[in-house]
Amino acid sequence: MSLSATTAPPSPAAPPPDTSSRRRRGYLFNRLDLKYSPYLYIAPFFLIFGTFGLYPMLRTAWMSLHDWDMIGDHTFIGLENYRELVTDEYFWNALINTFGIFALSTIPQLLMALFLANLLNQTLLRAKTFFRMAIFVPNVVSVAAVAIVFGMLFQRDFGLFNWLLSLVGVDQIDWRAQEWSSWTAIATMVNWRWTGYNTLILLAGMQAIPKDLYEAAAIDGASQWRQFWQITLPMLKPTFIFVVILSTIGGMQLFTEPLLFANGSIIGGNQREYQTLAMYMYEKGIYNLSTAGYGAAVAWAIFMIIVLVSLINFVLVRRAAK
Amino acid sequence: MSLTTRRSRMAAATLAAITAVGGLAACGNDDDTPAEGEKPAKLVVDTFGEMGYDELVKQYEKETGIKIELRKTAQLGEYRPKLVRYLATGKGAADVTALEEGILNEFKANPRNWADLTPLVSSEIADDYLPWKWELGKAPDGRLIGLPTDVGSLAVCYRKDLFEAAGLPTERDAVAALWPDWNGFHQTGQKYKQATGKAFVDSITAVSNGVLFQQGTDLFYDKENNIIADSSPAVKAAWETATSMVDISAKASTWSPEWSGGFKQGTFAATFCPSWMLGIVADNSGEANKGKWDVAAVPGGGGNWGGSWLAVPEQSKYPEEAAKLAEFLTNATSQVEAFKAKGPLPTNLEALKDEAFLSYTNEYFSNAPTGKIFGESVAKIEPVHLGPKHQAVKENAFEPAMRAFENGQASKDKAWEQFTKDAQTQGAF
Repeated sequence: MSLSATTAPPSPAAPPPDTSSRRRRGYLFNRLDLKYSPYLYIAPFFLIFGTFGLYPMLRTAWMSLHDWDMIGDHTFIGLENYRELVTDEYFWNALINTFGIFALSTIPQLLMALFLANLLNQTLLRAKTFFRMAIFVPNVVSVAAVAIVFGMLFQRDFGLFNWLLSLVGVDQIDWRAQEWSSWTAIATMVNWRWTGYNTLILLAGMQAIPKDLYEAAAIDGASQWRQFWQITLPMLKPTFIFVVILSTIGGMQLFTEPLLFANGSIIGGNQREYQTLAMYMYEKGIYNLSTAGYGAAVAWAIFMIIVLVSLINFVLVRRAAK
Repeated sequence: MSLTTRRSRMAAATLAAITAVGGLAACGNDDDTPAEGEKPAKLVVDTFGEMGYDELVKQYEKETGIKIELRKTAQLGEYRPKLVRYLATGKGAADVTALEEGILNEFKANPRNWADLTPLVSSEIADDYLPWKWELGKAPDGRLIGLPTDVGSLAVCYRKDLFEAAGLPTERDAVAALWPDWNGFHQTGQKYKQATGKAFVDSITAVSNGVLFQQGTDLFYDKENNIIADSSPAVKAAWETATSMVDISAKASTWSPEWSGGFKQGTFAATFCPSWMLGIVADNSGEANKGKWDVAAVPGGGGNWGGSWLAVPEQSKYPEEAAKLAEFLTNATSQVEAFKAKGPLPTNLEALKDEAFLSYTNEYFSNAPTGKIFGESVAKIEPVHLGPKHQAVKENAFEPAMRAFENGQASKDKAWEQFTKDAQTQGAF
């Protein structure tokens, strides 16, 4: 790509003998500057997006139309990979797992975040800054560290959770052996890491709600609870939906937590109890060298699912705005 | 517009242009092919785990004047994706690349990524190595892509103190005599369990690993690389032997937190140890358990778990010099040095007869003569043919199904069904 046309304006610094030509050159530079500089300023973003965003996406689409061996032959097979994907039992299994873990992590997480944000928003609360910072700390911890520590807490033989359960007389649970238990364990990691983050966003949304609404309601005799339901929640809707979209994108791409929970086994559980879509994509596209094309098709399927879910969110936003 | 803002705008524009052009230039290609017979200034060696090459590389540098860069990756799981990237993009690979048995097989499926070593190394060395190990270094099209480094012949690591508490013998020859075959191993385990109420072996997948490689026949693939997972007698034998031992298993699959924690807690009294595993057992058990472990022969004799080759990628600019370096690193003296440094077991026949190797004892494991034990075990390894996706079938179909049965998630028949079905997709190539 050549940028030289826009980067080499005549230098106005050279000592010119004739002031009128100097003025004309200055005028020319000004015109060029006005016309092209803006493009130049935004160019870095587009270059980076093109290299690391658009190109891989298009390349993945191209790969998905092939029987693609990572280190061998590539044969064009049209939409065969997608046809196979529709009937692939393990793809649907991964999809269900992903949505299951998503539901178990997003719903309690957002309710909890709403509750905490409301607490932090109370005028009578002391040491506000401390609590607001403290609640964000889990998000700063590396995801791998979180997954490894929680993986140990949820261990079958010497795990802390099983020990606590044994105190109240519950039998040892093999957390990795069933769907419900493994989903719960993984959702716990996600919740631990992201509740504080969502709390802060919701808190910001709450603080943007005009105080006079509450004052007017209080004068009319509305209780705290009533104020929360009738003022806070409706006014918070756009923020809430933003948070839901963020959680959706994160949830659909869930990878590190379940992978480390499975001790690095890409199939996620002996019977794929907690293999997520991103893990399935990795299994087909990267772990297994000869099915990279199929993995690319899974990647595009994930992309389309995210678009679909985001569209649903978008419709909800427009409804809410009305 | 004032002069100062115009200047700063121009500065910003220039900066943006420099960033953009600089970014593009960084992607440039320096494709300088060396002249014929030219001596390389530097060779790169890629290894994973601990292959014990640090001193050997320094020695080679001194002898030849060629600088060697040794790039070590701790885990095979990180090593493989990097290697795949080098091969897929055609650049970045080291001149000498270590290939583990699991990944060697899948790379063999595309042999043109690797230089044929046959014309590059001296023709006599073919007879220097264990014959089966040498043969496995050849691709299906006959080209030699790997020189043998080490082998993972099996032994049993056992806890003397726990054996004693259960009233079992503790001396390593007497222990080995308890299990001439797998049945004996099972019975010993049952005795142990009766006496202590605790599990004997770490997992049934560990048992299956041992049995699988003692069969000396085709495993998941036949010689034409057809998947025979559901009909292979060797696989069935490993399956039956391993699943029968569910009553003495601690259900702690290798590498899981239950497994690594189990060493300190004494959840199991015996596990299977290729020689590279000794260091891992010692690390997991900790200094407090030093001298409590010992090493005995494996039931049924022989068996193999892991082991590697050195290969030269086709993209190397100096295949001849790289092959010479690989030949040096795998010769008898180097293999003994590597064993003494980090424990990989030699495959060079001279090295296996070397006095320094045979007399080596391991302090952590009650001074067990590991050189002798593993050396004898090497001779009993039955060569087997591993197909292109052996590792994937084993890791993602065979062992998960077995664990599903072990954990009570599936009946034995259902688990076998799961395995044979998954083996088809995992094994396809």
